[in-house]
Amino acid sequence: MTLSLSLSHRFADFTLEIALDAGPGITALFGRSGAGKTTVINAVGGFLRPDQGRIVVDDEVLLDTDQGIFVPPHKRHLGTVFQDARLFPHLSVAQNLMFGARYAPRGSAGPGFDDVVALLGLEELLGRAPATLSGGQRQRVALGRALLSHPRMLLMDEPLASLDGPRKQEILPFLERLRDGPLGLPILYVSHAVDEIARLADTLVLIQNGSVQAQGPLFDVMADPAAVPLLGVREAGAVIEADVIAHGTDGISTLRVSAGEIELPGVQASIGARVRLRVLAQDVILSLSRPKGLSSVNVLAVTVDTIHPGDGPGAAIALRAGSDRLLSRVTARAVAELGLVPGLQCYAILKATTVAPGSIGR
Amino acid sequence: MTPDAAAWDALRLSLWVAVWATVLVVPLALWVAWVLARREFWGKALLNAAVHLPLVLPPVVTGYLLLMAFGRTAPFGRALEAVGLQLAFHWSGAVLAAMIMGFPLMVRAMRLAIEAVDPKLEEAASSLGAPRWSVFARVTLPLILPGILAGTVMGFAKAMGEFGATITFVANIPGQTQTLPSAIWSALQIPGGESQAVIMVVMATAVAISAVLLSELLARRVAARIAGT
Repeated sequence: MTLSLSLSHRFADFTLEIALDAGPGITALFGRSGAGKTTVINAVGGFLRPDQGRIVVDDEVLLDTDQGIFVPPHKRHLGTVFQDARLFPHLSVAQNLMFGARYAPRGSAGPGFDDVVALLGLEELLGRAPATLSGGQRQRVALGRALLSHPRMLLMDEPLASLDGPRKQEILPFLERLRDGPLGLPILYVSHAVDEIARLADTLVLIQNGSVQAQGPLFDVMADPAAVPLLGVREAGAVIEADVIAHGTDGISTLRVSAGEIELPGVQASIGARVRLRVLAQDVILSLSRPKGLSSVNVLAVTVDTIHPGDGPGAAIALRAGSDRLLSRVTARAVAELGLVPGLQCYAILKATTVAPGSIGR
Repeated sequence: MTPDAAAWDALRLSLWVAVWATVLVVPLALWVAWVLARREFWGKALLNAAVHLPLVLPPVVTGYLLLMAFGRTAPFGRALEAVGLQLAFHWSGAVLAAMIMGFPLMVRAMRLAIEAVDPKLEEAASSLGAPRWSVFARVTLPLILPGILAGTVMGFAKAMGEFGATITFVANIPGQTQTLPSAIWSALQIPGGESQAVIMVVMATAVAISAVLLSELLARRVAARIAGT
């Protein structure tokens, strides 16, 4: 399954000029509000006719403005999960799910009703009306409804944006199951929440002011110092993989990364599981010598890769830690004082690290 | 005090005319309401004005215009008579008059209902693979059902009570074109006819109240289903 698109669409205040490719796995489209992310989803789904563009899924041309091709939404076989769920208010949860199943292409492969109900934990909700569901429950039903229509690809437009923290945690594991499970459904995932993307995405596309600024594998883009201003200085930071090797009785777990071991509290994953760690650039402190007498024990030997000065007093430092890459954000003054240059060996102190729970699976 | 034969005839004819008028005009009103609610096109304001015309014209004027168009010597009238359909001075003409007079009321109620439906729900349905017609039948229609019911009842009530255009277009022939309002008016012209007039007033009131109660009941059921109670 591949999606390839190029779009050009003029809005009142900006012009969207985008070209991107999405393969298997979760391709995340990240950008601030108004960057044009939803327009991309709407164009792929067929809810918007761009001024200019070409969209191809596998070998089927869904849109080609030059040739006058426009496949209507109901013939595209793409499932869309909208931010506002959009359940049919006059139908029960079960009937909403059946609505999706009714229009699945004849003989198409995909999950059955019971599979989806089990996958998303909808057993208790089947007889309920959408008006009586919580936001998280609605999104689960909307996701199930889309899955039952047996799409070749899922389009998700900020499916978690309207949910609070606990409700997000309710949905995220299901999205991971979807990514890692036997369905292997490709997903185009639009979001402006870096934590969701760090946890879910395989491929990351950064959009700003209506055009693509960076795209590539998640680990590469997140570790790219040039991406720091795009993600926001507080949100930027590398994502690395780690294996859980021990859980201490004091609630501290030990994880192995390629450059050594680190200790973290609150790791839910079981021993042997592979998890994603999100290491915020602003939480990585650099030291020329191996520090002693620190309250933080997470110190990794690293090599400076590149130095990326920012517009302000800060600089983003790309680091190599074993086979992983890290980002550190320091002041330009510190770069000078420490004499940071590419190739320099030093030590990274990880002040805080967020674990993206759940296994990675690939 | 019992209704005489003329009163029963008038009630029967009024119900007959109102039912026919309602059944025939609902699909058209729904379509026009849909077009006005959802489509942008040149001349939309003009169509809207035309739809509302019967509401603001004196009914006698509407009746006279119908006579000019569908009278036995008028162009449409002659064409229709060639295929065996006579409208002027015939109960079918009363159906046409009732349709035209009830049309704006129906369109208004249905248009409001359609405008209240979030087009995003229809988008969601099409994203699941539902063709346009299925989206309408399975999503839009159930959601606008209360509005359709309200419009239908209003149109039916208007058809039951239509007087000015009807009497002008099809006259007031007892047993043939004399509807309940025409019969009441006639009874009031005859000395001693008042008791029959009162009986027919009670009949008209009873029909109107039943229609409103029925539509309330149906609308409430639909609303309850949507609320999930």
